[in-house]
Amino acid sequence: MIGNQLIDQYARNITDEKQHSVINGAAAGTEKRYQVLHKDYLDPDAIRKIAASIKDHTLHHLGEYLAKAEQALVSRGVNVHFASTDEDARQTILSILQGHGVTQLTKSKSMAAEEIHLNPFLIENGVECLESDLGEFIIQLDDDEPSHIVKPIIHKNRREIAATFLREGIAADYNDDPETITRRARVHLREKYMRAQAGITGGNFVCADTGRVALVTNEGNSRFGMAPVGVHIALIGIEKIIPQEKDLAVFLNLLGRSATGQQLTVYTEFINGPKSANQPDGPEHMHVVFMDNGRTDVLASNCKEILRCIRCGACQNVCPVYRQASGHAYRSTYGGPVGAVLSPILFGSRFPELADLPKASSLCGACNEVCPVDIPIPDLLLRLRDKAHREHVHSPAAIPMSPFATLATSPSLWRTAMTMSKAMNHLPIQVAPIKPLQDWLGQRTLPDSHGGDFRKWFKGHKKS
Amino acid sequence: MANPIARPLNKRVLLMGTCLCDAFYDDTAKATVEVLEHLGISVEFPDNQTCCGQPAFNSGDWTASRKVARHTASVFAGELPVIVPSGSCAAMNFHGNLVQFEEKPDPAITSLAKRTWEVMDFIYNGLGIKTWPGKFEKSTRLAFHRSCHARGTCTGEAVRTLLASIENAEVVPFGEAEQCCGFGGTFSVTFPHISGKMGTLKLDRILDIQPDLLVGIDMSCLMHLSGLAQTQGRPVKHLHAIQVLRDTLP
Ligand code: SF4
Repeated sequence: MIGNQLIDQYARNITDEKQHSVINGAAAGTEKRYQVLHKDYLDPDAIRKIAASIKDHTLHHLGEYLAKAEQALVSRGVNVHFASTDEDARQTILSILQGHGVTQLTKSKSMAAEEIHLNPFLIENGVECLESDLGEFIIQLDDDEPSHIVKPIIHKNRREIAATFLREGIAADYNDDPETITRRARVHLREKYMRAQAGITGGNFVCADTGRVALVTNEGNSRFGMAPVGVHIALIGIEKIIPQEKDLAVFLNLLGRSATGQQLTVYTEFINGPKSANQPDGPEHMHVVFMDNGRTDVLASNCKEILRCIRCGACQNVCPVYRQASGHAYRSTYGGPVGAVLSPILFGSRFPELADLPKASSLCGACNEVCPVDIPIPDLLLRLRDKAHREHVHSPAAIPMSPFATLATSPSLWRTAMTMSKAMNHLPIQVAPIKPLQDWLGQRTLPDSHGGDFRKWFKGHKKS
Repeated sequence: MANPIARPLNKRVLLMGTCLCDAFYDDTAKATVEVLEHLGISVEFPDNQTCCGQPAFNSGDWTASRKVARHTASVFAGELPVIVPSGSCAAMNFHGNLVQFEEKPDPAITSLAKRTWEVMDFIYNGLGIKTWPGKFEKSTRLAFHRSCHARGTCTGEAVRTLLASIENAEVVPFGEAEQCCGFGGTFSVTFPHISGKMGTLKLDRILDIQPDLLVGIDMSCLMHLSGLAQTQGRPVKHLHAIQVLRDTLP
């Protein structure tokens, strides 16, 4: 019984190599974030609170802001589409591509695209789809899954990557020097970029007042991917709207620092729409696909705060459980603390299957402490545990709590149990016929029982 | 999670001893009484108290945990401050309970939340005691494990400042202080492997600084860490901060 939680099993079976990569990458991210935020701001906490309130306000008026953003985008010559499900989003994108006769495209890193498994779908439908983010490109070569929302290959080390390049013929010889790896990827990718007819990106923020789409990368790949193509498609979750352009000042400052410990990501693009008289460069056509895919349901739930998320990955980096188990243990696009909340409810029908995710936490709160939009993740995890319990979702190794409640609401029974436990040097729970508890107790020595001693002392103390 | 700012002060307080002190760590509860009395506070211990209800709350059985919380709220009814020698049980009172009663707020639960103090926070922020007139016989290196439930509360600063003011004490920072020890109550039962690895990492960082004493504010973390340390053949001396305050008094 004990330890049959999937995430715990995963952590037990993970290879040392993978575990080291994850722990080192995550710990370095946490450290850098802390340094940069505290170097630049006297009170980073105050900024997190501002960011949270902007997001909350937007979510509260999401319908109005979406309409406003749509209007602004259209006035800039952008085609706006709304997709309510993942299937809608895939079909919308495919039909845009077919409409423009696209057979080859580049894609920059996008969690929204991961969420709807866009790559395999497009390939099945005859569109060649090249990942232009180095990490995602390596994932694609290895037929692997990203394990972190910002650093998709946090679980790999450079030796593995060098081996992949050799195997795939991208490199003529084995060389695990990071700079060489990057240079080789660059040469390989550049030629493909030039042949692409369309570029697919995500979008970090959409300003409702102007329709400007802000996009951050560190490799400049999305920028490069958009330069030669005729069509740009941005797939964006509906919660990515912010009210005004000037709000970007808060979010961009927080995002880079929280995600990678940079004051600003290397490339921050402000996309104004397709080529026009005012803007002679860029793709001729631009499409924005706003995707719901469960977000409206989340908004109506008691976990709506998770929609503030700006996908910085800071909560993953700091999370001790994520570090031990890796993002793959969470069996969905989003892992770590953000995923433990988002995955079971975003893909509503997967709730029973993913209901163990919210339980994989000591509720230590480190995630909330680092979250740039102050999401109370531990509270949300607790609400989901309550949901699982109310909906009778089977949970392995669940400890029945009603005997505990009976004991803890019967003071005389409780006191007797305490004194008895001292006499036997056993807690009442130690003799309870509960398998996981018995296993747990078998693994460690509890301190000697002093059951009831304090109460006895206190009575004597008061008399004296 | 922050503790409410305007909590009542009084020369009389109610002690919530916690189930861990009831079962194992009587000396921590005793030290709480002794230190508070030393400061001129009169302490009462309602005999019908049991547990804050956290095990059921954290496992998602809120029917069970609400029942326990209502019991606790009735045992501690009234106007007096409720003092808890545990960051985690205090946070259950002033935060967890509000979460599980958010759909149907209960006045007794809300009142308990507003009156609950973690003991070190009470001494430092409530009574305004900013230095401690204690003394260690010889120079003593302290590792302070700020337990997770003290995040976002005033407890961490209270403990660090009071400990550092003790003569011959040095509070030595250690790496990755933000990381959890891995206990998490039922978490350590259902996720034994991860819990153990987390505890080992925490111990590594603590032992890096070769402390003479590990100080905490939650006996649960200390039980978990010292248990692991014992098994791994690297025992570490540990005390609750309130015991340190008492033991160093002249
Ligand atoms: S939940 Fe917060 S910390 Fe985690 S990825 Fe989202 S914004 Fe970042």
